[in-house]
Amino acid sequence: MHPIVKLVVQRIALGLILLWAVSVVIFLGVEMLPGDTAQAILGQSATPVALANLREALGLNEPALTRYFNWLFAALQGDLGVALTNGQDIAKSIGSRFGNTLFLAGCAGVIAVPLAIGLGLIAARYNGRWPDKLISGVTLATISLPEFVAAYFVIFVLTQVFPIFQPVSMVFPGMSFWDKLQAVALPVIVLVMVVLAHMMRMTRAAILNVMQSAYIETAVLKGLTPMQVIWRHALPNAIAPIITVVVINLAYLVVGVVVVEVVFSYNALGQYLVDHVAKRDLPVVQAVGIIFAAVYIGLNILADVIGIVTNPRLRNPK
Amino acid sequence: MKMPLSAVIGLFMTGAFLFIALFAQWIAPYPIDSAVGKVWEGPSAQFWLGTDTIGRDILSRLIYGAQVTIFVALVSSLLSFGMGAFFGFLAATRGGWIDTGLSRLVDLMMAVPSLIVALVVLSVLPLNLIVLILVMGVLDSTRVFRLSRAVAVDITVMDYVEAARLRGERQSWIIFREILPNALSPLVAEFGLRFIFAVLFISTLSFLGLGIQPPETDWGGMVRENKDGLIYGKAAALMPAAAIAVLAISVNLVADWVLSRTSSLKGGRGG
Amino acid sequence: MADLLEFRNLKIEATSYPPGEPPRHVVLVDDVSVTVAKGKVLGLIGESGAGKSTIGLSAMAFGRGGVRLTGGQIMLNGRDLRQVDAAGLRAMRGHEVTYVAQSAAAAFNPAWRLMDQVIETCLQHKLMDRKAAETRAVELFRRLGLPNPETFGNRYPHQVSGGQLQRAMTAMALCPKPDLVIFDEPTTALDVTTQIEVLAAIKEAIHDTGVAALYITHDLAVVAQVADDILVLRGGKKVEYGSTDQIIHAPQQPYTKALVSVRSIEHVEKVFPDAVLTVQNVTARYRGTNFDVLKNVTVDVAAGQTLAVVGESGSGKSTLARVITGLLPAAQGRIQFAGRTLSADLAQRSKDDLRELQMIYQMADTAMNPRQTVGTIIGRPLEFYFGLKGEARRKRVQELLEQIEMGAGFIDRYPAELSGGQKQRVCIARALAAKPKVIICDEVTSALDPLVADGILKLLLDLQAREGVAYLFITHDLATVRAIADKIAVMHRGAVVRYGAKTDVLSPPFDDYTDLLLSSVPEMELGWLEGVLAGRRMESAGN
Repeated sequence: MHPIVKLVVQRIALGLILLWAVSVVIFLGVEMLPGDTAQAILGQSATPVALANLREALGLNEPALTRYFNWLFAALQGDLGVALTNGQDIAKSIGSRFGNTLFLAGCAGVIAVPLAIGLGLIAARYNGRWPDKLISGVTLATISLPEFVAAYFVIFVLTQVFPIFQPVSMVFPGMSFWDKLQAVALPVIVLVMVVLAHMMRMTRAAILNVMQSAYIETAVLKGLTPMQVIWRHALPNAIAPIITVVVINLAYLVVGVVVVEVVFSYNALGQYLVDHVAKRDLPVVQAVGIIFAAVYIGLNILADVIGIVTNPRLRNPK
Repeated sequence: MKMPLSAVIGLFMTGAFLFIALFAQWIAPYPIDSAVGKVWEGPSAQFWLGTDTIGRDILSRLIYGAQVTIFVALVSSLLSFGMGAFFGFLAATRGGWIDTGLSRLVDLMMAVPSLIVALVVLSVLPLNLIVLILVMGVLDSTRVFRLSRAVAVDITVMDYVEAARLRGERQSWIIFREILPNALSPLVAEFGLRFIFAVLFISTLSFLGLGIQPPETDWGGMVRENKDGLIYGKAAALMPAAAIAVLAISVNLVADWVLSRTSSLKGGRGG
Repeated sequence: MADLLEFRNLKIEATSYPPGEPPRHVVLVDDVSVTVAKGKVLGLIGESGAGKSTIGLSAMAFGRGGVRLTGGQIMLNGRDLRQVDAAGLRAMRGHEVTYVAQSAAAAFNPAWRLMDQVIETCLQHKLMDRKAAETRAVELFRRLGLPNPETFGNRYPHQVSGGQLQRAMTAMALCPKPDLVIFDEPTTALDVTTQIEVLAAIKEAIHDTGVAALYITHDLAVVAQVADDILVLRGGKKVEYGSTDQIIHAPQQPYTKALVSVRSIEHVEKVFPDAVLTVQNVTARYRGTNFDVLKNVTVDVAAGQTLAVVGESGSGKSTLARVITGLLPAAQGRIQFAGRTLSADLAQRSKDDLRELQMIYQMADTAMNPRQTVGTIIGRPLEFYFGLKGEARRKRVQELLEQIEMGAGFIDRYPAELSGGQKQRVCIARALAAKPKVIICDEVTSALDPLVADGILKLLLDLQAREGVAYLFITHDLATVRAIADKIAVMHRGAVVRYGAKTDVLSPPFDDYTDLLLSSVPEMELGWLEGVLAGRRMESAGN
């Protein structure tokens, strides 16, 4: 087997093991914490009999390990159980919301990625001069802001100072694609702001790192033009780290999206998660938590795999 | 050496925030939780920053909120820092299965974003100060662990640490006299970053309604209370939001300065 | 003959920006004038900081980082490079002048095959079509002695060895048929037996193509083999300029004289008293590997004398030090020290075992805690082993500072405030403070400039005469061995291949490896390279 295939398979296997370990922690670890689901549902004033009945109904009296494997096998077949609070099928509730979340994050990614790479290139090209200082200064400020703070500044400016947008983003089935786009404009702007700074700074660092290599000096001393130096010698080596940076930051969107959905009352997975944390609806929280974890771990695997595949040393072994 | 202007500003602002947090009870003009004016009043001589959604003085609540926000962030970052640095140094100097075990555990904890883990955990645990501080501290200690382990590993392979080993020095001398003095600057800067992260974290949790519970308040919670005002053009929610931003930027400026000093300190390497 | 390149009153400055401090201006090259005729080789020689690389790159009107040409003229083929615009400089670079870097491994782009990089300049400057360029590259590969010249170019940089990469870089520089090639320490990073091959290949290629060259190095013996003329530099200023013959045989300036006579310390071996340290049949391997890095090694160090362990990188000589100190417990074999058997593991050794066996490192920079003063660094062993405290300790530290020929005033300084030589002296004092019987010296002079290294060697010999301490001296440099050893062990691939008194080891008949090693060390005489190569050819013809 080509060593690169072996490395990729290894990395993916490692990621799957990690995901499995996370599912164990999210399920069993949470069980070990002090707190009682039945108590949580019925409240402090519940009678012991009512508690016992509910425990029985929820299967809480079975050993934790049995419940974990029951849950795991059901989950693998797409059955995530029912919500404690309203008895609805969790997998069904997640379905359309997950689509909404992906739509929001996807829009943000489509704008943020080219913008971050472009700004990163400009900052690296004018390293230390005013365009770099301007870009770096502005992004440093946005890094210091939590997502919801950035969101309210954007809302205030774009709905009150310059009333261009509606402050709430409602997306519902049957909306046209164009209407949907308009509806998510504000949350997308916020997400782009939040993710752009990190992505751009890491892109800049990756390019500068390559530009400082000795082979760039060799290229200059061969009489190549600056564009030729970047195009032929810097870019082939910078692409892998840049893609890695981009993918890692897309994973960072996972966190941003949860908060931004709440801010804009956007009916999607993050909002759903936060609602059910407040309601202490554990099966929902576990299911959604694992979906977010899976996306995050998946993107990290993707970043590593791209790094492996594009490494010339690994692609052409001795 | 002259301090750069940005660091002076950062240090001054950070100091001011700490002062306000310490003496909130004496500084705040009104009590934290009583409606003293009309709803959504604008800034006036009586209420400098106006009133909130039920007529409480925003300035007073901001000052009390500073106390809660900074206290929670400081204690949890001290916790994360103490835990992370202790286990990080332990892993680096001991090596072997202790290192492997701790590192794998941290890998597992960092495989999922902290916010998601916090949400899952907080759906089970009771919402009070101690739980919040513990959850934030433990989750964030993973980052301190990685940094302090990396710094310590870099130092333990230095010849001067080997020389101390060959001399027959005890483990405690090696950690406290050889490694720690050389690891201090990056760790101090890291403490600043962890503190900012804790401020952002507790604010976000409170904003989501899963952090500080009424009648106590913090800045994230204040944004949540007043967010509906924005639709009617009331800027009350932006005051605590701005406070969070200014505190984060101030501490960031100080941390940046400490970090840049690392390489140029007297006795620093290559100085 | 017409001058190809002329520096007139060259002045080069740089600005550095240390964090948190005002910018610092440094003059790197000051008022240097020299010419290179067509087809001639000029050697630039000097210690680190002499400005030799800066001058070399200025011949391509190129400065690293904040380096700027601030005065004088650089005349190349009759025009002043300072007046040429950016497009003109690009047309010159890679066509009229090309460059061979010290580290070819870093100077090649890891993403492209060697052939594409070697012929890139030919295509860039439209000197020939791809087919002609590839034919020329293969021809150069062959001339430079690269294996399988037809297919060599298909490989990626990480797939070939360091010595081969250095030759490939030379081929890359020669491919566009330049007027001038700048060689910037092209053999410094190589092992001595590889260096001689690359050096011979470069010299032959220069000769065959008739190209002119600037050859930059810190090693006078190396430059003497390839240069027609030599310019000696120090601190950015010209010290002496003359023909290679004159510089080597009749240097005028004291600094040049010192450079020429460096490594001429005469040390006559002593008769051997009893061994203080004996290594018996030691075999060792690193954890998790199944390859023996030391194979059945037996040597001993006589009291008050020096055993030099010599070998190239990967020979196991540094591993031997780690085994003796107990950092890497031996898998088999025994180590006897001062009449007792040393435990293989560091943790099991007594305080006296540790005290009497001290170590000095190659990089004095990393061997001292940057946060401790010289007083603490030297004082700690005094306190740790002898319980000296306060004034008594301070007094003893001052005595030790006097012994290493540094004033007592250094006691409160930090390592960062010392020069390279001073740092190494402090490390010596720290070892001496323990009153050891044996000091292991691991390449202690390799990171230093030749004159500074000489001073350290003299100090070590002096201290040995006065204190009676024995050295186990690990080095790759045979000149150092000649200067300091009483006994020599030659190591190759983990085994001792030759061992005995200095004169015996260095006298024929030799085994094959020792012969190769000894004959590869450049000597400061004209025609040495040709002599060695002719000798080797005859030998292989005779076989």
